[in-house]
Amino acid sequence: MSELKLSMKDFKSDQEVRWCPGCGDYAILAAVQSFMPELGIARENIVFISGIGCAARFPYYMQTYGMHSIHGRAPAIATGLAVSRPDLSVWVVTGDGDALSIGGNHLIHALRRNVNVKILLFNNRIYGLTKGQYSPTSGQGKVTGSTPVGSVDYPFNPLALALGAGATFVARALDVDKPGLTDVLRRAAAHRGAALVEVFQNCNIYNDGEFDYIREQKDARTYLEQGQPFAATGIVHDEADFATAFALAQLTWEKDGVLPLGVFRDVDRASYDQLVQTQLDDAAAGGDLQALVSSGDTWSIG
Amino acid sequence: MAKPVEQLESVVIRFAGDSGDGMQLTGGRFTSETALSGNDLATFPDFPAEIRAPAGSLPGVSGFQLHFADHDILTPGDRPDVLVAMNPAALKTNLRDLAKGGSLILDTDAFSDRNLKKAGYESNPLEDGSLADYQLHAVPLTSLTVGALKDVDGVTPREAERAKNMFALGLMSWLYGRETESTTSFIEKKFAKRPEIAAANLKAFNTGYHFGETSEAFVVQYEVKPATLPPGRYRQITGNTALSWGLVAASKLSGLDLFLGAYPITPASSILEELAKHKAFGVRTFQAEDEIAAVGAALGASFGGALGITTSAGPGIVLKSETVGLAVTLELPLVIVDVQRAGPSTGMPTKPEQADLLLVLHGRNGESPVPVLAASTPGDCFYAAIEAARVALTYRTPVYLLSDAYLANGTEPWLIPRIADLEPIQVEFARDGDGAFLPYRRDPETLARPWAIPGTHGLEHRIGGLEKANETGNVSYDPENHDLMTQLRAQKVAGISVPAQLVDHQEGADVLVLSWGGTYGPVQAGVRRVRKAGRKVAHAHLRWLSPFPANLGDVLRSYDRVLVPELNSGQLLQLVRARYLVDAVGYNRVTGKPFRAGEIADAVEAVL
Repeated sequence: MSELKLSMKDFKSDQEVRWCPGCGDYAILAAVQSFMPELGIARENIVFISGIGCAARFPYYMQTYGMHSIHGRAPAIATGLAVSRPDLSVWVVTGDGDALSIGGNHLIHALRRNVNVKILLFNNRIYGLTKGQYSPTSGQGKVTGSTPVGSVDYPFNPLALALGAGATFVARALDVDKPGLTDVLRRAAAHRGAALVEVFQNCNIYNDGEFDYIREQKDARTYLEQGQPFAATGIVHDEADFATAFALAQLTWEKDGVLPLGVFRDVDRASYDQLVQTQLDDAAAGGDLQALVSSGDTWSIG
Repeated sequence: MAKPVEQLESVVIRFAGDSGDGMQLTGGRFTSETALSGNDLATFPDFPAEIRAPAGSLPGVSGFQLHFADHDILTPGDRPDVLVAMNPAALKTNLRDLAKGGSLILDTDAFSDRNLKKAGYESNPLEDGSLADYQLHAVPLTSLTVGALKDVDGVTPREAERAKNMFALGLMSWLYGRETESTTSFIEKKFAKRPEIAAANLKAFNTGYHFGETSEAFVVQYEVKPATLPPGRYRQITGNTALSWGLVAASKLSGLDLFLGAYPITPASSILEELAKHKAFGVRTFQAEDEIAAVGAALGASFGGALGITTSAGPGIVLKSETVGLAVTLELPLVIVDVQRAGPSTGMPTKPEQADLLLVLHGRNGESPVPVLAASTPGDCFYAAIEAARVALTYRTPVYLLSDAYLANGTEPWLIPRIADLEPIQVEFARDGDGAFLPYRRDPETLARPWAIPGTHGLEHRIGGLEKANETGNVSYDPENHDLMTQLRAQKVAGISVPAQLVDHQEGADVLVLSWGGTYGPVQAGVRRVRKAGRKVAHAHLRWLSPFPANLGDVLRSYDRVLVPELNSGQLLQLVRARYLVDAVGYNRVTGKPFRAGEIADAVEAVL
């Protein structure tokens, strides 16, 4: 490959960005666009696929290949692309409703298969594009348009769900924390296989202030470090140990007064496309179609 | 001493037994022997959705009907001439179809009080004279089989009993003078890992054959001479196998890798299983977590430049609708195969119906045109699959290919195609550009947009489900643009080049029978019967349901009356009446069974 010299502006498309002023998505977009040149991958070999929701407009703003698909299905579409085109860098951008509600099934199966896609889950704990109904990550008691006296649902913990689904890479970042987010993106991109990155994202219109405890107080942002005890929890972090990652994923600001950011789990496992390719390679290539249609019991007439 | 041989032009045999009795295997083997003897043939396996319904019960009866002849035939036969019934339930559910005077071969061992009760018999039909109108061959199949196998080492009495279907196969093989070599080698191969089971089945097969030769229960042997079919090399094929191979052929003809996304569903699963074998052709099969993921992954693969395919049946097709709509607006190639089965909802999963036509034409939100074609016979599924892929790739559109449970599992002799004679499918991806790429600028002839796959330098672009501005593909809410794009999508599908409609015309006919899809065989057979009776009738069979052939209106208007037989409540009928303002009438049945030639002939006679 010839040496690529791309900059942040090379990843900006000519489309006007149309999120609400003050939306956390702007910060994430800027972080992704400024990190992309680091990858050293030509723009034509990068694909962003999304479903439906505010986050799902993301591909329109990236000067790469992109598809804004239908609600919840981005992991499925990305699976077909990633397994048939292992040469591409495939990214999924999704939200808490898209990934965890309507598309929950596709998410867990993409993770368990270890499809080589990087999934950025923008979690604002609200349905934004439909004007503020509660989401599967909204806290119990959340008062919204569809829950006037409070939601009775118990919320999902996206990281615990991903770990339970067998994800080989699980991380969390914060929209406005550019260095932390970039670190996580870097690690996710380097991971061969499925990577789930939860990004806490503030919806300033329908759920403003949800993450203020770390958005507003920079010193409250606490990062996971491999081999080091996490805060005062006494849990020594080990990205390769499932139980450790799972325990860390249970920590909440409300309950524990500290919330981990960074990489929870990162383990090597053959990716889905690699396993599929191995089976293709094992089959003697160059199938003979004439031989196939002529196989079995045959007879001649005339 | 050899028994006398009686010549027959054609025979219809039905094997019926418990779903665990191996009737499909028995029928399949007898079909192979019949094919190798050069008869024309058609088969119809008819089985319950339950894998093993309670033994001896009426719902658990599994049947396999085979029609073979010394001439060109089109259907598995309206009613059997010979019924092989392995138990009272099989007799009870199938006897009504057997013609009076027909042959009845029964396993007398299965007619126990318990089994008679399960089948709802008050008295034993073997003893109460109720079978007097048939040629009854009462054979203790089970005890003869068990007796013959008692010396075979390592075989339990239960395993011996299970070989009774091979005894029946041997007996039928003798009765119709079949070669036994192909079944012998089949058994040896199938049970290669358990030589004692192979030995038991072989012995049962041979014992059945010799029983026919020596038993006084059978006084004549029958012969059906080879049929005169077009010259060439033949094999038998089911619709789903032909369809799978057609997809592989389309991959080869287009030079694109085949990607199949599928979720197991009756009666389409065997396409997934067949294609999963063909990794040597670069075929990737993806058993998805659900029907939606199956079509989504196929569309994702298409976006990347593969030949994306998804296969399903009605209940799965409904789930795929939203993604098919996305494919319509993305204008990417995609083949969606609907192996139709009786509905609504879960319906009757193993039974054929043609009731998804309006679903695939209209079952999406918004103005969302999709080309639709249908296969007509099991062997035709091969060519229909190539045609579906050709249109999808040429016009950058999702295409629905309709088959049904009757075609999927039915078999017929298939003239093996010469692959080198198949027309290549021309596919051109958009080439590297300078950045001023217009993803929705259309080819003036086909109206197809460029297929610019990731990895192509300078053509980075974004597409999506939101309405797009003409040419640039950017998101657009402009009212006039939406109207224009809606028209362009419709014009593209309407302008697909499909062959002119051919008519099997008869001089002087003023009635046209218009059929489509899997009913070709019975409808053409019915038409031939009417003609044989001295009446005049024309027949046109549609392959393309959307768009219709350009001359279809003229064809319809050139007859005084048009009869549209369908295994639904009149779906094509509604379309042609609305589109061409012709006063066509329908013949409509939804019994879960294919048409019989006889009822089609009656329906034609009624409008003549």
